[in-house]
Amino acid sequence: MITKRIIPCLDVKDGRVVKGVNFLGLADVSSPVKLASFYSSCGADELVFYDITASSEGRNLFTDILTEVASTVFIPLTVGGGIRELSDFERVLKCGADKVSVNSGAIANPRLIEEAAKRYGDQCVVLSVDVKRVNGEFRVFAKGGREDTGIEAISWIRHGVDMGAGEIVLNSIDTDGVKKGFDLPMLKAVSDVVDVPVIASGGAGCIQDFIELFRALPKVDAGLAASIFHFGEVSIHDLKMQLTENGITARI
Amino acid sequence: MITIIDYGVGNLFSLQSSFKALNIETVVSGEPEVLRKAERLVLPGVGAFHDASEKLFSSDLADLVCQKAAEGTPLLGICLGMQMLFEKSYEYGEYKGLALLKGEVRPIAEAIPKDLKIPHIGWNKLLYPSDRARHPLFASLPENPYVYFVHSYHAVNCEDSLIASTEYGASLTAAVAKANVMGCQFHPEKSGDVGLSILRAFCTI
Repeated sequence: MITKRIIPCLDVKDGRVVKGVNFLGLADVSSPVKLASFYSSCGADELVFYDITASSEGRNLFTDILTEVASTVFIPLTVGGGIRELSDFERVLKCGADKVSVNSGAIANPRLIEEAAKRYGDQCVVLSVDVKRVNGEFRVFAKGGREDTGIEAISWIRHGVDMGAGEIVLNSIDTDGVKKGFDLPMLKAVSDVVDVPVIASGGAGCIQDFIELFRALPKVDAGLAASIFHFGEVSIHDLKMQLTENGITARI
Repeated sequence: MITIIDYGVGNLFSLQSSFKALNIETVVSGEPEVLRKAERLVLPGVGAFHDASEKLFSSDLADLVCQKAAEGTPLLGICLGMQMLFEKSYEYGEYKGLALLKGEVRPIAEAIPKDLKIPHIGWNKLLYPSDRARHPLFASLPENPYVYFVHSYHAVNCEDSLIASTEYGASLTAAVAKANVMGCQFHPEKSGDVGLSILRAFCTI
């Protein structure tokens, strides 16, 4: 049977991994290439890279780095950040990305999902959504979680899947950074209504949080996290061993 | 030297990089004179069957690939490239394949329970058939390694060439081989060390 996936997420700015990386045993702790190889050797099932650079020079640097990562790491790579038009898909796919994640770009132009899915296939288009509770409803936020769009999240995600998104990354702003576990009620609301893979993001603080996620919500396919992996608080290998011991299928 | 057949479908970057990481030279080409001289051929492919089938058959490439296969040149089809090795596919219609292997390509949806997601995407186990010896492609692999799949269609009625299957609500064809013609439904170029080991093995067959 297919495994649950564990996905480290790397935010890259001006060619370096940000969000604080504090590894023992890695000489260059913020090199995306070294970190990607390290995660791949530890058993990461997939890697997500977000380009959080604003400048065009930074963007070129990002694609250079992506090319280098894809030349040395042979697991699926998802790339997001600054994806606004089809040419952005082309730009990262030809550097070795397997999937492209859209967020604010799809909110500004929802047809982007449809056009990309038609050209590259549904499996290539990941809809990433930052969601926060506002007045009792799940609300979509744009621009890295800073701007309330007023859009209701569940209907937006449904619409995204109808247009061809092949996977959903659901990032709960309410639990992000809190390290007290994934946002199970929000994840349930989403995984109940879509039939494409759902990746949980935001809130993981320890191994138990992943076990609880997959136990409580068997329809969630993957768990994504950044700093707990970067800081070595959670080792991917230990995490997968414990998932297996708890009857959750993981690739070891 | 590996010759990757370029017929305008899919992204060849990772495939080339994998061989490069193994210190194996590759050339990517759709030119008949280059392909004719190939020692080993890889037929890649991502996307829809009819599109790929059209591209292969509208050029001389289909005949050329079949001729090379008949001469005994090792040929490895990957993902949609593997599906192209069969007689036909029922993806959005009925389209012919290269017919190098017996069997056809049908929607996974027909075979698996409704509550399972499609595409079959992610890491799944290779299961070797118990009634035959392990294929040389898998010689140096552990018993049931995980490999990376992304597909909505699968090959059926291909028992005679089946060398590995995977379990996803039903048994799905994961790899096939008959003499010098081989195919993987999964992506060896995205399956970590296990995938690299399969690509390395192909270069020694």
